[in-house]
Amino acid sequence: MTATGRTMLAFALLAPLAAQAGERLAPPQELQVFDTPNDGGNSLTVTWAPAPHDGPGTRYLVMVGEAGPPTGTSPSLAGMTVIADFPSDSHYVRDARTPWWSRSVPKTHHQYEIKRGRGNGNGVKDGTSYAVVVSAVRGHESMMAPALQSVPQPNWFNWNELNNLAIVVLFGLVVFGSIQVARKREIFLRRIAGLDAVDEAIGRSTELGKPILYLTGAGDMSEPSTIAAAVILGRVAKRVAAYETELMVPHRDPIVMAVCQEITKQSYLEAGKPDAFKEDSNFFITTDQFSYTAAVDGIMLRKKPAANFFMGSYFAESLLLTETGASTGAIQIAGTDSDHQLPFFVTTCDYTLIGEELYAASAYLSREPVQLGTLRGQDIGKAVVLGMLGIGTALATLSVMTGLDVSIVLDLFKDLK
Amino acid sequence: MNFFRRRLPLLITFVTGVLFALQYYVPHPVSESMLTSVTKWLQIIGGFALVLGVTSLFHLHAVKIRRKEPGWGYSFVLYAGMIGTIAVGLWHNGKETVDNVTTAFGWIYNFMMVPLQGTMFAILAFFIASAAYRSFRARSPEAAVLLIAAIIVMMGRVPLGEHLIPLSGDLTQWILNVLNASVRRAILIGVSLGAIALSLKIIFGVERAYLGGGKE
Repeated sequence: MTATGRTMLAFALLAPLAAQAGERLAPPQELQVFDTPNDGGNSLTVTWAPAPHDGPGTRYLVMVGEAGPPTGTSPSLAGMTVIADFPSDSHYVRDARTPWWSRSVPKTHHQYEIKRGRGNGNGVKDGTSYAVVVSAVRGHESMMAPALQSVPQPNWFNWNELNNLAIVVLFGLVVFGSIQVARKREIFLRRIAGLDAVDEAIGRSTELGKPILYLTGAGDMSEPSTIAAAVILGRVAKRVAAYETELMVPHRDPIVMAVCQEITKQSYLEAGKPDAFKEDSNFFITTDQFSYTAAVDGIMLRKKPAANFFMGSYFAESLLLTETGASTGAIQIAGTDSDHQLPFFVTTCDYTLIGEELYAASAYLSREPVQLGTLRGQDIGKAVVLGMLGIGTALATLSVMTGLDVSIVLDLFKDLK
Repeated sequence: MNFFRRRLPLLITFVTGVLFALQYYVPHPVSESMLTSVTKWLQIIGGFALVLGVTSLFHLHAVKIRRKEPGWGYSFVLYAGMIGTIAVGLWHNGKETVDNVTTAFGWIYNFMMVPLQGTMFAILAFFIASAAYRSFRARSPEAAVLLIAAIIVMMGRVPLGEHLIPLSGDLTQWILNVLNASVRRAILIGVSLGAIALSLKIIFGVERAYLGGGKE
C-alpha cells in the first residue's frame, strides 16, 4: 500500500471517531425507569434514547439509590451508587431479545436492567422506591438526566411467552377438534412395523413357553414417555393375559411400579383372566442406574425371555440392556423419546418406535377413535410447525438480504423468555 | 366407590394439570414457591413410595428363597447385602467418614458400590464394539450408508484419522451439524407434539389407562 493509500485508510477509520468527538455531549433523552416487566420482581429497567454522541469515546453511568416518598421534585443524588459504567454504543433494547408486543420503546433505545449481582450489593427490593440517574460521560465532561423514581414489583404473567401459550391453546383445540372428527369418520393410520410385531412377539413367547420382559424406562411418573410406556403396558398385558403367558415388569421407580400394577391388574380383568394375574409380575429392583441394569441383565440371562420390550426414556443403560437381550436371542421391541439413545436401540433391537411413535402406540394398539383423533391432531401440528419453519426461514433470509425488519412475524415463532 | 377410584383422581389430575401448566407463564414468587412446595411434596411421596418398592423386593426374593427356585442363592446374597448395608449405615448414622476416617458404611460405598458401578459402565465399551460390528456390516444399501458415515465420523473425531484423511474433519462436522442435527430436531419436534398431546389427553381425562383400565 502506498503512503497516500495508508493516509486515506487512516482517515476513513478515524473520521467517525472525529465526528463523534465533535458532537456536543447531551444528557440522556427520553429517560424512563420502570419495574421490569414479565419477571419475578426485585428488578428495575431503565431506558433512554440513543444520542448522536454515542460511540467508543463516550460512556454511560447508571446510578441507583433508595428514594424517600415522592415529593414532586427530582430526587436527591445523595446516597446514590454507580452500579453500571459501559460504552455508549452498547446495552440496547434489541440485546434483551424481547418480542415486539412486550416492548414499550424502540429496539434502538438503550436499556439497562438493575437487579441483584450487578454491582449494587443486594440489588433492589420489591416495594421499595428507588431513584435512578443516567449520566453521559466523555473524558472529564459529564451530562446527567434528571433522576426518576420507580418501585420494583413481581408480575403475574410473562407476556413474552404469550405466543407460546397461544400455540399450546391452538394445538389443544386442533387435537380436540380432531378427536371429534375421528368419532364421526374413520382415520387412516399408517403401518408401524414395531407395533405390528407386538402380537408376533407375544405369540412367540407363548409358543416357546418363555416369559415376556417389559421395561418402562428410567423416568418417573411425571414424564410423558413413562406414562406412554405404562399405557402401552396395559395393551400388551391384555394380550399377554389372553395367551396366559408370563409377564415380568422390573421397575426403577416405586410409584411407576404401583401404577403399573394397577394397569396390569385391570388388563387381566378386561381380558377375563383375573386369576392369571400375579401381583409379583411388577416388581421393584432399585433406583440406581447400573445396579438396575445388572439385575435386568441377570434376569435376561437366567430366565431367557422370548420377547423384550423397552419403552420409555433411557440413558447409558440402553445398550447394556438391549445387547444382552440380543445375545439371548429374544425378539426385541424398543420405543423411546430419548433421541440420544435411538442409535443404540436401532442397532440392537428388531423394531424401534422412534420418538413420537411411542406416543402413537397406544392409539395404534387400541384403535379407539379418541386416540386416533389425537394422532391426526399431532399430524396437523407437525404440518403447522413445518409451515412455520418454511415461512420463518424465507423471511429471515429476506431480512438479511434486504435489511427489511420482519421481527413482527419472526417473534411469533420464537421462544422468548 | 367409583367416585374415589375414578372421578376424584381425574378431578385432581385436571386441577393440578391446569394449575401447573399455567404456572409456567406466571413469574410471580407465589407461583415459584408453589412449584417448590409441590416438588418437595413429590420427594416426600417418593420417599414413602420407596417403602412399597423395598417391600416388593423383599417379598419377591423371600418367595424365591422359600421355594428354592433356580438362582435362589443370588436372592440370599441380596438379602445379606441389603440388611448388612442398612445395619452398618444405621450404626454410623449414615456417615461415610468420621474425623477423616472412612467408616464401614463409607468403605462399602467406596470399595464395593463405586467399583461395581464403574465395572458396569466400563462394559459399555465392549457392548458398543459388538453392536457396531453387527450393525455396520453392509448387508443393505442403508447399512452401507451407515457404515460409510460411521467411518467418516470415526476418522474425523481422532487426530490420526484426520491426519490420514484430511477431509474427514470437515465432513464429520457437516454430517453432525447438518444431517444429524436436522434429523434430531425433526424427532424432537414430533416428540414434543406427542408429549403435549398426551399431556392434554391426561389433563382433560381423555386418556385414563394410567388409572388402571381404559373405560369406565
